Amino acid sequence: MGTINSLWNFTKKFVTIGLITVTVSDRYVTVVPVRGGSMSPTFNPKTDSFTDDYVLVERFCLQKYKFSHGDVVIFRSPLNYKETHIKRILALPNEWFVTRHNNDVLKIPEGHCWVEGDNAASSMDSKSYGSVPLGLVRGRVTHVVWPPHRIGAVKNTKTEGLLPSL
Amino acid sequence: MTFMNNIRSATKEALDRTAIIAKFLCCLHFTANYLCSPTHAYGPSMLPTLNIAGDVVLVEHISPRIGKIGHGDLVLVRSPLNPNRNLTKRVVAMEGDTVTFFDASHSDSSRTAVVPKGHVWIQGDNIYASRDSRHFGPVPYGLIKGKVFLRVWPPSSFGLLDN
Repeated sequence: MGTINSLWNFTKKFVTIGLITVTVSDRYVTVVPVRGGSMSPTFNPKTDSFTDDYVLVERFCLQKYKFSHGDVVIFRSPLNYKETHIKRILALPNEWFVTRHNNDVLKIPEGHCWVEGDNAASSMDSKSYGSVPLGLVRGRVTHVVWPPHRIGAVKNTKTEGLLPSL
Repeated sequence: MTFMNNIRSATKEALDRTAIIAKFLCCLHFTANYLCSPTHAYGPSMLPTLNIAGDVVLVEHISPRIGKIGHGDLVLVRSPLNPNRNLTKRVVAMEGDTVTFFDASHSDSSRTAVVPKGHVWIQGDNIYASRDSRHFGPVPYGLIKGKVFLRVWPPSSFGLLDN
């Protein structure tokens, strides 16, 4: 009888902690690993190191979907909903933007944004699949939290290529 | 002394109650985001399946997660034009399919499009009063929030919504 009781208590605690973790990581903050070198040198500066960077992601921005230029965001890939990508926002809805790779001038559609990796050479981003709906964004990256010698806030770089609105 | 004890027990009770409320909210969040949640669908775009005045429908969030959304399913989609709005539409074509559609408000001639990888083509049942993939193109699968499967209000038309 005693073992059943303690097992029940353990399960109850386990489920409670799980639910709280899920809620906090869905609504407030979470920590995710960065794989690949598409955001180098901001994340994973050395491609040959075995440790990935872990970053802190805040989800408060999802209440209003207000972003600013240069924010690093995580979003579901428009090509495969199971993948999550991490890129930097270069242009926001209804802005005119000059692409860097072929100097096209294009207008970002309503409710979309233009995202690119910091490492232009090896990054799969808006250059290949166009602007991304803001609804796919899952959070904004604010800090690097692991490894210890790289702990620090993520810098919001100035973006080029924006045209004054007409 | 008794005063201190009173304060202590009152604090403990308050903490316990807060914990219960917090746990309840966490359960609510989990249910609403991972299992199923009610939503209010209104507007003319889904006539005659859904009423113009607004039906309360249940949306389940399991099928989109495991990739079980297919042709003819009613889905709740985050609008690609405004991430704060949700749309209720029907999936007409999946990735790789060719759709032929005509936009009654613009022209009478029909057009053809191929749905790209990872996208779905959504359309309202009332093609004359619906703003859907015919205007903003195919939408990424990742924008699908859930599958509409049951109408709960009005009670006279309670029942499963199938394709």
